[in-house]
Amino acid sequence: MTHPLARPAAALASGLVFGFGLSLSGMLNPARVQSFLDVFGAWDPSLAFVLGGAVLVAFVGVQAMKRMKRPAFDDRFQLPANRRIDARLLLGSALFGLGWGLGGFCPGPAVASLSLGLPKIMIFVLAMLTGMILHDRVVRKR
Amino acid sequence: MISVFLPSLFGGALIGLSAVMLLLLNGRIAGISGILGALVSGTGLAVNLAFVLGLMLGPLAYLSVFGQWPAVEIEAGWPLVVLAGLLVGFGTRMGSGCTSGHGVLGLARLSPRSIAAVATFLAAGILAVTALRAVAP
Repeated sequence: MTHPLARPAAALASGLVFGFGLSLSGMLNPARVQSFLDVFGAWDPSLAFVLGGAVLVAFVGVQAMKRMKRPAFDDRFQLPANRRIDARLLLGSALFGLGWGLGGFCPGPAVASLSLGLPKIMIFVLAMLTGMILHDRVVRKR
Repeated sequence: MISVFLPSLFGGALIGLSAVMLLLLNGRIAGISGILGALVSGTGLAVNLAFVLGLMLGPLAYLSVFGQWPAVEIEAGWPLVVLAGLLVGFGTRMGSGCTSGHGVLGLARLSPRSIAAVATFLAAGILAVTALRAVAP
């Protein structure tokens, strides 16, 4: 029997490590994210090491997962079942990429840096949540 | 050079570790847009709120370790910030993921869907920045 607080506690710890990692990595800084995407200009490739380091560690974790019957605090692993590369995936990713480049924020860094209390970040997060709700109201079937 | 790349590499490794924690403990994919999307639609409230709270505590932990906030320089003006936010929110919902879900876990799982998503949002991001620099160098 899993303690009822085990899952929220694991999520809190995981979020904290994520937020600290983002802060250390430079991903929190929109100017650096834009320099990373500026491959035809003054390109700063350092943020490729963020993705590289993250994927490397996550890859080890995924291999460990394959040897486990279930996660520590739940009955089963919940992984995306959809395997199709469709127009929704590509169009959605393209729109996200445009927004990522224009502002220099992706969702994780935007939410993490809320704690700095900068008005522009709060507006960005509000607009992002609005975009999510807009999508779910307008586009999503069901 | 090394002094610039090492924090990025270690920071990235911590992001990977965080994803592994959520995966092996709770059996979930650490996708930030997915977690936020679940929050606005009201599912899995306690667990997702706990993750978001931890995420926001991250920069505070950084402050207490290094004695300064992580650098945040925002070049975009207000209208661009709003437009970018709408695009990021709408696009990540439509594309079922962002830099964390598709980028970190998706690539680690060698998911063809995520590889296609990452290639697409990187290309679009490069396009957006190149256009920005062309308009206002």
